[in-house]
Amino acid sequence: MAESNASDADGPIIAMRHVHKWFGDFHVLKDINLEVGKGERVVVCGPSGSGKSTMIRCVNRLEEHQQGQIIVAGIELTADLKNVEAIRREVGMVFQQFNLFPHLTVLENLTLAPIWVRKMPKRDADELARLYLERVRIPEQADKYPGQLSGGQQQRVAIARSLCMKPEIMLFDEPTSALDPEMIKEVLDVMIELAEEGMTMVCVTHEMGFARTVADTMVFMDQGEIVERAPPAEFFANPKSERTRLFLSQILAH
Amino acid sequence: MADIEHELGRELPVPAARPRPRTHGPIGWLRANLFSSLFNTFLTLIALCLLAVTIPPIIRWGLVDAVWSAPDGLACRGADGQEAGACWAFVGDKLRFILFGRFPYDEQWRPLLVVAIFVGLIVASCDRRLWGRRLVGLWLAGFVAVGVLMWGGVLGLTYVDTSLWSGLPLTLILAVVGMLFAFPLGILLALGRRSELPAVRAVCVAYIELVRGVPLITVLFMASVMLPLFLPSGLTIDKLLRAQVAFILFAAAYLAEVVRGGLQAIPQGQIEAADALGLGYWRRTRLIVLPQALAMVIPPLVNTFIGTFKDTSLVIIIGLFDLLGTVNAALADANWQGFYVEAYVFAAAIYFGFCFFMSRYSLMLEREFNQSRQH
Repeated sequence: MAESNASDADGPIIAMRHVHKWFGDFHVLKDINLEVGKGERVVVCGPSGSGKSTMIRCVNRLEEHQQGQIIVAGIELTADLKNVEAIRREVGMVFQQFNLFPHLTVLENLTLAPIWVRKMPKRDADELARLYLERVRIPEQADKYPGQLSGGQQQRVAIARSLCMKPEIMLFDEPTSALDPEMIKEVLDVMIELAEEGMTMVCVTHEMGFARTVADTMVFMDQGEIVERAPPAEFFANPKSERTRLFLSQILAH
Repeated sequence: MADIEHELGRELPVPAARPRPRTHGPIGWLRANLFSSLFNTFLTLIALCLLAVTIPPIIRWGLVDAVWSAPDGLACRGADGQEAGACWAFVGDKLRFILFGRFPYDEQWRPLLVVAIFVGLIVASCDRRLWGRRLVGLWLAGFVAVGVLMWGGVLGLTYVDTSLWSGLPLTLILAVVGMLFAFPLGILLALGRRSELPAVRAVCVAYIELVRGVPLITVLFMASVMLPLFLPSGLTIDKLLRAQVAFILFAAAYLAEVVRGGLQAIPQGQIEAADALGLGYWRRTRLIVLPQALAMVIPPLVNTFIGTFKDTSLVIIIGLFDLLGTVNAALADANWQGFYVEAYVFAAAIYFGFCFFMSRYSLMLEREFNQSRQH
């Protein structure tokens, strides 16, 4: 008993053990083993189709794994909807396409989940939302609709929307891939600040500069497998696998 | 501009101003809209000819030569027995019967009030600021008032059996109650048809396909003629109630397919984002999916509502006297024979008034939703 309490306190907040997943006949995830500690920042990279998005989408069960075990914040992900919803409350997610709710104002996007899921009084939720809009540096856009904002602003709203649920873990699924180049920095700056505050983050991205700045751990995936896992200094200077070296030479070439 | 030019060290080319054709003023408007090309000129001339042929006789018949008051049908006709203009005196004489039918004559202020309540409720519902719990309360209160006024039997009002309900109030009750119940039922059916549970999906698909595959007349006949055969003797269900339920079930199947169209247009990302926030199925559906899906299908929804409104006239075949039923009954009066055109024009005008209102309202809603969506 004492031992399990100790593991709750400093054990991994995300643990994936021997996770497999198939899309029909296609084996997307092959024996994934990954542990993320509290406050750890993990950056996942790899060629497209390598299964990195699928892997992080398994963490909040937007995708179902078919074999193996995933434990998030001490709760195992099973078909039990109660567990799934409990985990989703603690895990924020930012998508490539932002996925803001176009029929709601920015402020309503932010307060929706706190009011309906956390049962927060509307006034408190508004206050919280304005606080987070301030932190992502767009407090003046509160009453606009998502369609009136630039891509970079929308993605920052999406980050703030997740943060309003006070999650323990933030998942980022290629958050800057759909952005025009001049807007990438404003989003990355917000993410760097978040990392500095000690948020547990798992981030799928091709932004290697960002990875170098914030990552505690780099994970390289290819063909559904985790090929390499290393601290960034070692990962970039001295990749062990040939596949990693090839990928890095392609992505860092220009 | 000047800053950029300064930086570039040269002047930016200015696009040459093209002489604009005259588009303002009445002549400009005519040229731009009616005579912009040879073909358009041709179409304009044809349309003008058609209008010249049709409009004056209609005005002469409906206004100039019309008879506005007369004691009976004979007075409406000329010496040769031919009708020169419209006999609006007929509509005037029969107005109360057409509107309220067989409802006891001295009590007809009650259905009049019912019509006023319905119109008031519908107009109030158009104000989006009122949308919410208060509006639901208003409707419930409205229904109670309508029930009390129509049935009576309380508050010193004499009891009036549903078999005497007729005319415009009957049409409005069938249509408004029908739509109000069919809409949520249709939404549930549409959601059920997209459910992940095979049993729910199968039931919804079977229901929708079955009802859509059968004419409304058949459903009404089944409800009024066949259903009593299956009920234990002694138990009778009010004829109006049976027709109303048949109506709701029928309209729901059509609405379900319209709503399903909207549900299918919601991007998967919206659902994922709602899931990732932990909203769960019902809150996700109510707060994220339906508001967007319904806004997208406003035109076909209103189309279905308008169709439903006009379909109420089919209840005549099971012996209920809706607006069109009372019009037909009024035509049977021996004192006023042969004024079909006047009677149907009047009925058409009432139907048109309601349907036109619905379509204008839907345009307004669309504009409002689109305004908030884009800039």
